[in-house]
Amino acid sequence: MSIEIKTHSMEPIRQTYAHIARRFGDKPATRYQEASYDLEAKTNFHYRPLWDAEHTLNDPERTAIRMDDWYAVSDPRQFYYGAYVGNRAKMQEAAESSFAFCDKRNLLGRLPDATQQQLLRLLVPLRHVELGANMNNSMVAGDATATTVAQLHMYQAMDRLGIGQYLSRIALLIDGSTGAGLDESKTFWMDDALWQPLRKLVEDTLVVHDWFELTLVQNVLIDGLLYPLVYDKMDQWLGEQGAEDVSMLTEFMRDWYKDSLRWTNAMVKAVAGESDANREQLQAWINQWEPQIYQALTPLAEATSGLEALDETRAQLAARLSKFGLNSQGVSA
Amino acid sequence: MSIKQKKLNLKDKYQYLTRDMAWEPSYQKKEDIFPEEQFEGIKITDWSQWEDPFRLTMDAYWKYQAEKEKKLYAIFDAFAQNNGHQNISDARYVNALKLFLSGVSPLEHAAFQGYAKVGRQFSGAGARVACQMQAIDELRHSQTQQHAMSHYNKHFNGLHDGAHMHDRVWFLSVPKSFFDDARSAGPFEFLTAISFSFEYVLTNLLFVPFMSGAAYNGDMATVTFGFSAQSDEARHMTLGLEVIKFILEQHEDNVPIIQQWIDKWFWRGFRLLSLVGMMMDYMLPNKVMSWAEAWEVYYEQNGGALFKDLERYGIRPPKYQDVANDAKHHVSHQTWSTFYQYSHATNFHTWMPDEEEMAWLSEKYPDTFDKYYRPRFEYLRNEHAEGRRFYNNTLPQLCQVCQIPVIFTEKDDPTAFSHRQWQYEGERYHFCSEGCCDIFKNEPEKYVQAWLPVHQIYQGNCGGADVGTVVSEYYHIKPGTDNLEYVDSPDHRRWLEIQGKSPAAKHSGDKQDAA
Repeated sequence: MSIEIKTHSMEPIRQTYAHIARRFGDKPATRYQEASYDLEAKTNFHYRPLWDAEHTLNDPERTAIRMDDWYAVSDPRQFYYGAYVGNRAKMQEAAESSFAFCDKRNLLGRLPDATQQQLLRLLVPLRHVELGANMNNSMVAGDATATTVAQLHMYQAMDRLGIGQYLSRIALLIDGSTGAGLDESKTFWMDDALWQPLRKLVEDTLVVHDWFELTLVQNVLIDGLLYPLVYDKMDQWLGEQGAEDVSMLTEFMRDWYKDSLRWTNAMVKAVAGESDANREQLQAWINQWEPQIYQALTPLAEATSGLEALDETRAQLAARLSKFGLNSQGVSA
Repeated sequence: MSIKQKKLNLKDKYQYLTRDMAWEPSYQKKEDIFPEEQFEGIKITDWSQWEDPFRLTMDAYWKYQAEKEKKLYAIFDAFAQNNGHQNISDARYVNALKLFLSGVSPLEHAAFQGYAKVGRQFSGAGARVACQMQAIDELRHSQTQQHAMSHYNKHFNGLHDGAHMHDRVWFLSVPKSFFDDARSAGPFEFLTAISFSFEYVLTNLLFVPFMSGAAYNGDMATVTFGFSAQSDEARHMTLGLEVIKFILEQHEDNVPIIQQWIDKWFWRGFRLLSLVGMMMDYMLPNKVMSWAEAWEVYYEQNGGALFKDLERYGIRPPKYQDVANDAKHHVSHQTWSTFYQYSHATNFHTWMPDEEEMAWLSEKYPDTFDKYYRPRFEYLRNEHAEGRRFYNNTLPQLCQVCQIPVIFTEKDDPTAFSHRQWQYEGERYHFCSEGCCDIFKNEPEKYVQAWLPVHQIYQGNCGGADVGTVVSEYYHIKPGTDNLEYVDSPDHRRWLEIQGKSPAAKHSGDKQDAA
């Protein structure tokens, strides 16, 4: 049996905002829709930027990609701010209990010195890659015009900061919260030959001007090779080195990457599907960047789970891109 | 680990979790990675001197913000389900929300974009993180405001196309050009303009009037947003203060540049707040405080103490502060009169205050209201009663800088417009004040670009040859529904129905029913 409370319902004048009704019809809209469509200023900008002679404020031509309507890109997760922080709050809660458990049981502190060194040399320096990703995504959030696209990248920017902080905390668990582990780890990033190709790659992305090239390189190509390599293949390898306990501290990254695939795939699909010109531009960027990324990750792969592991992730990325009519150099492809 | 070191304190730990992630580049030049840091003339000798204005790691940010959002949306849901729009003091109040959604909410979005940009541009990682957190906070404000207003939009007119109107409607170029000015400037000016002048010095004069106004007028949705955003705003204020102190301490050559920005952004902010002044004094059926009182407390007292504190850096209070202080007795009345006569071209209604409200205004403005403004309002009220509700069918002269019509008066003569003009490269430009004229003279090449709505209408760029067509076709303001006098408007009639009063029982122009 169900109980139904009678409520007084009032006839509204309209069901939603006009800019939402123009897209979706005059019917009750979702929270995601009212928060994400056509909120930004689009026209009649008053002054040209002092910092960019080529473009106006909110200029869709800050990328070579052309879309009839950038709102063809939307978020399959339907993240507006509240949904985003709600989801991440749950994820951080799980991460927090894992970190607390590791801390309480001293699971990292009791590892042999050599294993700790491996973590500081091979895993923790990725926090610098995350900082680069944070900067790149903040740039895209400031450059992309449509709110659906800009907000995706703002969330992504903050996620990368959070992931960099979790990686940093792995070092703090090892060094007993003194910072010595972080200092040591950073010298690997700066000086160890293993990291230099990747460090150069990250610095190279920081001077890319076209924001869609940047999101493609950062969020699809680099992440597409790096996340499966590090958080799947290398995770297994670390387990074999006696560092299996660290796996619970990188669960956030695995969940996060799986989640990010949903929107990055949706975005590339919409953009590549828009026109041949777009697809050719994406292909040119993939041809230019994907081999560099593969090269940059090679030393890390060779020092850990082996080059075959990187080749496998390369094949995964190639298979993923082929769904959008794009090619890249997968082993089996 | 065998290395012996002391445990990190909170401050150092936070720096390890933010700025220690950054590094000195070797493969790209620093000035190529951060190309926008030089051209404004600001000299940063050492970014490590930056004090973090707050220390929130992302996990804590997600957690605290999620808790706030959960409570906020529970209240939005309950508000809509229980038709909370019926509990406001009077439907005239909703006109403040129309102004808010078309004038203020789009600025939250522009702030999101502006902070995302500077959250990339600075080479100091601590400052970048602080700006990025502000960027995502502003995205929050933009979106939660859409959700807070969503139910009002369903039951009242004029709220339906805020972002579209922001880009086009004549009076909305006042807030739009304000933020375009800041975003087209360099990153240090953006922070001085928005974080310091706006979010710190003037925030209480924007935020408090709207949110307390909501509280005094039974609007639970808006006031709940206000409560929820309070702790965000506290962070934003801390950033504003840290920014200014940091830049001033970095190099003595920064002082005159910052002083000029403070002068400029104080004046631009003060002009923007004219809209808030009229909202406070005229659009809130239940008054919170007068604009003059708000200005005294939040600018003259608090701002006075702040600039006293900044004296040690060689900073003096903003230029023309005396003009602004004097204008507190006039500005809301002058602005309301202007909107009253041009409300055929606004997305909100205007009306004449009733006797009780005029008595309140006389009390709050003892030296000016009865002398200068009451006679004007009584005249307009009588005209309305006689069936001649006054609309001014000639478009006004706009100020080239703040873009408000040239309606403001000389400091020592409230009957003379403080109109100024200036020639630049053979063209003539007009201003509402000395303050705006100075701003123009410092950067004429910027302000000659302004998209002045009245000029654009005359140039034929606004979709129609007459104001009626511009208003309905280009602005999306529905004639006879969104615009004109409040009395007898569809909102008014609907409100009377809600109150159980038959709209037919009243006479057209009978202002008692407006109350």
